[in-house]
Order: sequence, then C-alpha cells, then structure tokens
Amino acid sequence: MATTTHEPAPAGKSPGGSGLSPRQRQRISRAAQYVLFVVVVVVAISAADWGRIHEYLLDTKALDGMFPDLLTVALKNTVLYTAAAYVVGFVLGLIIALMRLSSVAPYRWFGLVFIEIFRGLPALLILILVAFGLPIAFPAFSNPPGGVYTQVAIGLGLVAAAYMAETIRAGIQAVPKGQMEAARSLGMSHTRAMVSIIIPQALRVVVPPLTNELVLLFKDSSLVFVIGVSATQIELTKMGESFATQKADSTPIVAAGLAYLIITIPLGYLVRRLEARQVKAR
Amino acid sequence: MVEIRDLHKSFGQLEVLKGIDFTVDRGQVICVIGPSGSGKSTLLRCVNTLETPTRGTVVVEGIELTDPDVDINAARRRVGMVFQQFNLFPHLCVLDNVAIAQRRVLKRSKAEAEKIAQANLERVGLSDKVRSYPAQLSGGQQQRAAIARALAMEPTLMLFDEPTSALDPELVGDVLSVMRQLADEGMTMLVVTHEMAFARDVADRVVFMDQGVIVEEGPAEQVIGDPQEERTRVFLRRVLDPTHAQVGEVADLEERQAGARKSPADEPPPPVTPTGFN
Repeated sequence: MATTTHEPAPAGKSPGGSGLSPRQRQRISRAAQYVLFVVVVVVAISAADWGRIHEYLLDTKALDGMFPDLLTVALKNTVLYTAAAYVVGFVLGLIIALMRLSSVAPYRWFGLVFIEIFRGLPALLILILVAFGLPIAFPAFSNPPGGVYTQVAIGLGLVAAAYMAETIRAGIQAVPKGQMEAARSLGMSHTRAMVSIIIPQALRVVVPPLTNELVLLFKDSSLVFVIGVSATQIELTKMGESFATQKADSTPIVAAGLAYLIITIPLGYLVRRLEARQVKAR
Repeated sequence: MVEIRDLHKSFGQLEVLKGIDFTVDRGQVICVIGPSGSGKSTLLRCVNTLETPTRGTVVVEGIELTDPDVDINAARRRVGMVFQQFNLFPHLCVLDNVAIAQRRVLKRSKAEAEKIAQANLERVGLSDKVRSYPAQLSGGQQQRAAIARALAMEPTLMLFDEPTSALDPELVGDVLSVMRQLADEGMTMLVVTHEMAFARDVADRVVFMDQGVIVEEGPAEQVIGDPQEERTRVFLRRVLDPTHAQVGEVADLEERQAGARKSPADEPPPPVTPTGFN
C-alpha cells in the first residue's frame, strides 16, 4: 500500500466508494428509524391483551366511590403535605445555606453535616423516624400541633432543606463579588448587604431549580403512605392503593396517577418557562 | 483629608503594595496611573478598606480606617466608590439603585431618598432613565448611574477605580465630563485611570505607580508632560503612542503579569484607551 498512490476523493464526495452521498445516507438512516418505530408500535399493540388491560387498568366501574374524594380530599392533602414540607424546606434550606457560607467555622460544619446526613438518607427512612421514632424518644412530640401534617412537614422538609440549601448556596455564590463590594462601599453592613442585595439576586437565579424541587417534593409526598393516616388525611397514592385493593383492580391507581399529573405537568411547563426567561435575561 | 502611611498589602506570597506614603488634601483631584498589576487598584481599595492592608495606616478625615475598632460601615458612608464594572444592582431600577443605601444605611424616608436620588440622577444626565433597569442601559449610562449612587450618600471623598476602562470608546467622554464637573464643584477625588488627557487636564497631582511603589508624583503637567523617571517615560510613551512601542521594552512587566495571572489578586487587564493628544 505504501507505494501505490490513490486518487484523492473529489472534494465533497466521501471516500470509501459506497457511491452514496452523505445526504442519501442520512435519508436512508432516517427512513430506517421511522420503520423501526412503526414496527415496534405495531408489535406492541397486537401483542397486548386489550381485554385484560381494559379490565384492570381502565375500568371506570372500579372508580365507584372514588369521586369527588380523589380530588377534594386526596389531591388537596397531597398539596397540603407538599406545601407544608416546602415551606419548612425553604426556610431551613436558606438558613443552612447561610450557615454553609458563614465566617464562623462551627456553623459551616453544622451546615455541611446537616446536608450530608439529609441528602444521604432516604426520605422514607427519615419520615418513618419522624413519625414513629421521635414520639417515643421525645414524648412531647407524640402529638404535635398540626398532627400528621406537622410530622410530614418536618420529615420531608428536612430532606428538601438539604437539597435547597445546596441550590441556594450555589445561587448566592453565583452573585458577582462586585455586588457585595458595591454594597459595602455604600456603608452597608455585611448582613444588610446580604439581605438587600445578595439574597434577592440569588433567589432570582434559583427560582427554576427551586420550582423543580417543588415537583420532586410533590411526588415524594406519596411516602406519607407508610405512616398510616386517617381517612381525612389520606393522600393520592394511599387512596389509589386502598381502592385498588378493595376492588381488586388497578384502575384507581391509574386515576391517582392522573391526579398527580394535573399538578406536575403545569409545574414542569412553568420550570421550562422560567429557565427560558433566565437564558434570555443573560 | 486622606493620609496613607507605610501601606503594605500582600496576597499570600505576592506583595502588591510595598510601602506607600501619600496624602490627599480636601478638594484635590489625584490621578493614579501605572501599568496593570502595579497595585494602583489595590491602593484605592485599601482607602475604603475593601482590602485590608497588611501593614500601615489609612486615615480618612481624621478617622483611622486601619484601626480594628473603628466602625468601618460608618466610615465608608463618607467615601464613595465607582468601580470599573459599574456594579449596579441588577435587580433594582436605577432610582432604587440610588435610593437603597440612603434608605437602609442613612435611614432616610422613601420620599426623601427618592428626591435626593432624582436630583443626583439629574446631575449625571439620567433623569429620563430612573425607571430603567441596569441591563437596559449602555455602559456609559450605567457608570453615570453608579456615580449618582455614590454621590447620593453625600461623600466627602470619591474613589474611581478605572471608571472608563470597560466602556465603549465613544461613551468614555460622557463619564469623564461628569467627573470633570464633580472636580470643578470641588469634590475630593482619587482616580485610578488610563485616561491621560483627563489626568493632565483635571488632576491636581498625578501619581505614577509601578511594582507596588510610587515611582513618581507631582503636578500633572510635570509627571505627564516632563517625567523625571525612566520608567515613567517608557510607560507614558507606550500608552500615549502605542503604535511606536517596541516589543520587549517592558519584558519584565510582561513576565510579571504572565506569572501574576494565576493569583486571585490580579486585576483584570484593562484595555488601554489612549485619548489622542500628541
């Protein structure tokens, strides 16, 4: 090969001699992808047992007695659990974020340990601990004001706080150094500059990730399932599951799933809008 | 009114200021010139202790800022600072940018703060932009808003840290004319700049710094027009007439800057914009 000289391929033509231009090959590749997609869909549809699917996943008869409680009680409670946990998570998260950035070393250590613990443990475990462990260890906590709502707010809020603290800390650190210098040069104290100048800017930056955290928390509220709640405190997953058991049919779970999507899809859309707005503002 | 004695500042191993002594009298305009990395910005930032000096004293209006027990926030109120990157608060409109420190620091009422803000924005020619946000303004307008923000605190001393270095060349003049107007009104000003025409016309005294020391200082026409030190002559020749600069003339400077780039203390390299006077 070393001695033979090859004619260089003409400019714009690929070497190799398949005789196809890149555009032709691209067209064939795309057609193959369409064909594959159609084949998979056709196989899936023809292989499925539609009778069973209809009976066990889409049987409206199994939803008897679920409405309007699914929306007026279960969805409402899911929203309440989420909101309570989110408030706790946000306030605590902001405090932990500021501790992480503190000039006092023990605060920084505490913030770090808090984040490592509550990011490293499953939310389910923490919720069980708060609901069953704390009342035994601290009798004062056995019947907290707000009852199970408070327990959920603390349990899920602790986990959310750990994630939100890291997000908020990143947001604060993303504010240019010059902002603090400008504020200080005007005679503001460090605290005043944080409150009036730095934190408002940081929160603007982290609105999309914090909204995303709200979506995650909304779904995590399903963990309340394990701590045993009364009929008026029931949330979506528990309600779907108990109707499914009672009717020996999974359609109620599908209905509960759709109820989640009523909230999560618009929130997801909102997150995308907020992110797009930020990209534009940059 | 500003008295700097034996000022030293180090960032880790890097000694940026190696013993600076100088004074600014009330009503004087002092321009500090010199190559990047010479320590002139650090010197300015030491005057309101945005950087804490490693050694030495800074006294402004009889208050020793380097005294650890001094109320630094109170002292800074009387010293306005204008930054190269403007540092306006992007989440506030121009009016609130100028009003917020008055309200939060001087505890002025909203109405009073906004009245004073309006007056100062008028002074810098921005009375039609009070409701705009910084991102909607040109660099020159942002810098003038930043000057108004500092003036609203009624400072007795204004520090300018390369105020025109980040500006579109065509907008430099607007900012310089505001600064000239301030100087004419008798404001005490300490200006780090590369605008030699401004320094020559407006400054009472020019200080040339290199490698953390003051190489030469004196009346503007003397330092810029007839520099005594060889280092000053080379700097001025290269800044005023860059097309005839010779490569390698300041090899030691280039070496220092190449090394200093790794250090956080390094100032961003300012685009040198010589204003054409020959």
